[in-house]
Amino acid sequence: MKPIEPITSSAVKGASKQMEFVTVTVAGQLLGLPISKVHDVFVVSEMTTVPLAPGEIAGLLNLRGRVVTAVSLRRRLGLGDSGVTERRMAVGLENHGEAYGLLVDEVGEVLKLDPDEMQPNPVHMDRGWVGLSQGVHQLHDKLLIVLDVDAVLAFETEREAA
Amino acid sequence: MDDLLLEFLTETNEHLETVDVEMVRFEQDPNNEAILSNIFRLVHTIKGTCGFLGLPRLEALAHAAETLMGKFRDGMPVTTPAVSLILATLDRIKEILGELERQGAEPEGSDSDLIEQLERMALQEAPVSEPTAPQTGGQLVYQVLERELRPGEVSLDELERAFQEAPGPEKVSTTGTLAYQVLERSLKPGEVSLDELERAFREAPGPAPLVFEKPAAPPAKADASPPQAAKKNTDASDASESGEGMAGKVQTIRVNVDTLEHLMTMVSELVLTRNQLLEIARRSSEDHGYKVPLQRLSQVTAELQDGVMKTRMQPIGNAWQKLPRVVRDLSNELSKKIELVMQGADTELDRQVLEVIKDPLTHMVRNSADHGIEGPADRKAAGKPEKGTIRLNAYHEGGSITIEIADDGKGLNFAAIRKKAVERGIASDSEVERMSDAQVAKFIFHPGFSTAAKVTSVSGRGVGMDVVKTNIELIGGTVDIRSEQGRGTTFTIKIPLTLAIVAALIVASKDQRFAIPQVAVSELVRVSPASEHSIERINGTPILRLRDRLLPIVPLSKVMGLSTDEEANHGFVVVTQVAHQRFGILVDGVFHTEEIVVKPMSSKLRHIQLFSGNTILGDGAVVLIIDPNGLARMVGSGADTNEFQTDAGLEQTVAAAEELTSLLVFRGGGESLKAVPLSLVTRLEEVDASTIEWSSGRPVIQYRGRLMPLVSCDEELAIKRQGMQSLLVFSDGEVSMGLAVAEIVDIVEDKLDVELLAERSDLVGSAVVRGRTTEIVNIAHYLPMVLETWSRKDRRNGPDRSLLLVDSSTFFRDMLVPVLKASGYRVHTASTAQEAVRLLSNGLQIDVVVTDLELTGHSGFALVASLRADPHHSATPVIGMTVKPDPQQIALARKLRISEIVSKIDRRGLLAALAELNASLEEAA
Repeated sequence: MKPIEPITSSAVKGASKQMEFVTVTVAGQLLGLPISKVHDVFVVSEMTTVPLAPGEIAGLLNLRGRVVTAVSLRRRLGLGDSGVTERRMAVGLENHGEAYGLLVDEVGEVLKLDPDEMQPNPVHMDRGWVGLSQGVHQLHDKLLIVLDVDAVLAFETEREAA
Repeated sequence: MDDLLLEFLTETNEHLETVDVEMVRFEQDPNNEAILSNIFRLVHTIKGTCGFLGLPRLEALAHAAETLMGKFRDGMPVTTPAVSLILATLDRIKEILGELERQGAEPEGSDSDLIEQLERMALQEAPVSEPTAPQTGGQLVYQVLERELRPGEVSLDELERAFQEAPGPEKVSTTGTLAYQVLERSLKPGEVSLDELERAFREAPGPAPLVFEKPAAPPAKADASPPQAAKKNTDASDASESGEGMAGKVQTIRVNVDTLEHLMTMVSELVLTRNQLLEIARRSSEDHGYKVPLQRLSQVTAELQDGVMKTRMQPIGNAWQKLPRVVRDLSNELSKKIELVMQGADTELDRQVLEVIKDPLTHMVRNSADHGIEGPADRKAAGKPEKGTIRLNAYHEGGSITIEIADDGKGLNFAAIRKKAVERGIASDSEVERMSDAQVAKFIFHPGFSTAAKVTSVSGRGVGMDVVKTNIELIGGTVDIRSEQGRGTTFTIKIPLTLAIVAALIVASKDQRFAIPQVAVSELVRVSPASEHSIERINGTPILRLRDRLLPIVPLSKVMGLSTDEEANHGFVVVTQVAHQRFGILVDGVFHTEEIVVKPMSSKLRHIQLFSGNTILGDGAVVLIIDPNGLARMVGSGADTNEFQTDAGLEQTVAAAEELTSLLVFRGGGESLKAVPLSLVTRLEEVDASTIEWSSGRPVIQYRGRLMPLVSCDEELAIKRQGMQSLLVFSDGEVSMGLAVAEIVDIVEDKLDVELLAERSDLVGSAVVRGRTTEIVNIAHYLPMVLETWSRKDRRNGPDRSLLLVDSSTFFRDMLVPVLKASGYRVHTASTAQEAVRLLSNGLQIDVVVTDLELTGHSGFALVASLRADPHHSATPVIGMTVKPDPQQIALARKLRISEIVSKIDRRGLLAALAELNASLEEAA
């Protein structure tokens, strides 16, 4: 993995209540995934697309002999594909005993943030995003949206409900 | 829950299964001591263990059941109610065990109802003079004989008792504990068990050796009163404690299923890795000295895989164990006599598969007993033995296992199913009519097909048959039905041996690879335009002519949405067989077959019917496994439509031939479809256009050593000057004509209902054929255009005769008139018997009458009868046409002096009959 530029370090404070997040970037937006949910981060090499699959699913990957379902975070957030095909990064997640890879534009670093400082979603945030976001952290130069991993992977049930 | 309890549960459940089976056997064969002893022993064991573990409910139940069985042993007659009661008790025991398993403790409740009944039953029979059980000292040793007793053998319990009761050397002089020993094989006749030996040694220390005699103790003498359970249990524990020394002899161990599953997964991974290594080795040409070890690794992996697979194999008999009981209960309940025959119970299959088919099998057998087999009275009336038979048969066939469930009952009621299918809106009236019985039978697999009006009017089946089908298809299997009215029904289930590793064909569509399970693939055909096998299209739907049958083609790239190219016609067709459905999958490339490890689809993708799973290939790529069942379903509602050429479709043709006409459908210059009755066409030919010669502007071709004139089927179509030209050849005797068409589309069987008569002479009219408007071509129109010779020649042949053609079908009249004319007759036509009579009474002179014997309104026979009554026509030769001659008609025809009966569609036969008539007329003249 390429060396990662620290995005910010000012948020690092006392260690007691802090939660750690893996930061990723999608279409310029900084997002945080709770580190407890993240298994690993890997570079996507070969991907098998699945015909007739829901749009969010980018394909299937072979991760060390395990078949992993790749979910495009861009499409999940209602954004178009980036067009970049080489060196795609994915965050490995585990949900209900199944392995998923969340495709992102870039993987950042691990941030320690105080959950108390998290603020609720802005009222006028895109409705599609509200369901996936647990809240917003204000970093000194950027905003970080805390992703709800379970919600991100629950697109199937969401559609059934709709 | 502690291990002891777990062990007890597994063991007891196994014992109960056996008791179930044995009990049913015993009922049929109540004199078989061996079975009874075995049951007795098992129940006794259960009772003993329950007491030991402190499970009072179970113990009391088992005790009561044992008492009753003791009575059987003492000679009480074995009655059905008694057996039912014992079986009910066993069920209760199972229930309690189930609770025990879930909650770890015996559930509250009372079984006094059953116990009372059991006791009452036991008391009913005057107790046989119960021997005052001689109370002997010494402990009873808990023993288990590890197999069923053979007739004539005596159970260990009895032996033990006999010993105990035998007046031994006072107060057993032996010391030391008895070692618990198990002989790991069944005793041969004449051999003595280890226990016996052991005892013989121990008990024979003194100078007065104990004479060992085969215990002649009659069963009646055996203690019917329950031995003290508690005591026995302590013994049992003693025995197991002292059984340490036998460790070396143990040949089977119980292994947790999870352990096996894990092992299987690991082996699967190993296979994958091996495949990857092999792939790398294949790609690099250099040998770095690892190829030999790799070969070895490959071999070991294969063996390991085999071995692990074997550990998962279980005889299918395990899934059948419950069935005798089910059938017995049902036959009692329904007052039917049913015999269950099981063959191939030792056929082994993967336990995972076994689990899945267990319930469907039970369900199907239940259905057969419930709906298939008739009551004894009905069976007798139908001339069948009173006892119905359900036959289960399992055997290996290729890489799969076939299980048949056959009954000799009344078969499916197709009429009722058809009605129901229409009622439920699954198919329309006309569709249902056109379907063969085999296709109709498939309706019972529709969800909820018979749940609505719980099918007593329909011959049943179908309650949950959809679930059966789903379950079986889930594991890549197929179900088929064959049923014959009054003769019974056979279900055939085909399932793969194992689910974990399958052989698959790797194919490519566009840039993507897919795996197709080898089981479903029957052959591969390379297709390309202008080759022997080329994809043709009917209304845009691709088909392949394969050995004279039309194979529907599914372009994989299209169903996968990978391409919108409608005209794909290059590549390979994977001929796939799912149940009775055959279709071809068009792919761009075919690689090789590979053993693949099936991994389940992600839950997010499981809804896609097309895929049954995914796998990782040797080169590390993830590949989707195509589910042929799903594909068949997805491509139109499969066998229900005529889209798929099914085996059943052929039966349909035969069955419905009475109303159907075979039509050859082709295309002329325009877009519209044209058709001509197939019976008129002699051959279909495809000729190289360069061989067509143009003599004085008219196309002719050398055909079978003669010149054959060609004519285009319509003005818009020009006969080709190059390439291949399709021809329909009409011929009669030595004269032929070729009708040039743009494309031969299909041969269809359909009801011919000519809807409107066209203004054009080249058309008879148009009809709806397979839901498409089709022009019915009038061959008579073309004959004069090319065949002056035809008519001339025939006219030369015979004197001018007149013929009256009576047929109510305009179509047939129009079709036959040119043919008859060509044979040299002046043809008069009449559409009804009345019209014919009117024509004749008006003084029409005719030499021959050709009449349809099944005229509308008035029978053809009536017409002939009235002819015969008329002195003018009493000797006029008559040729009768019928759809299907039957003996009755033939007899009647002879009476009326009808010269010949020919089939209506047999033009040749008609001409032959006319020729014969001519000859005889000439002779007469």
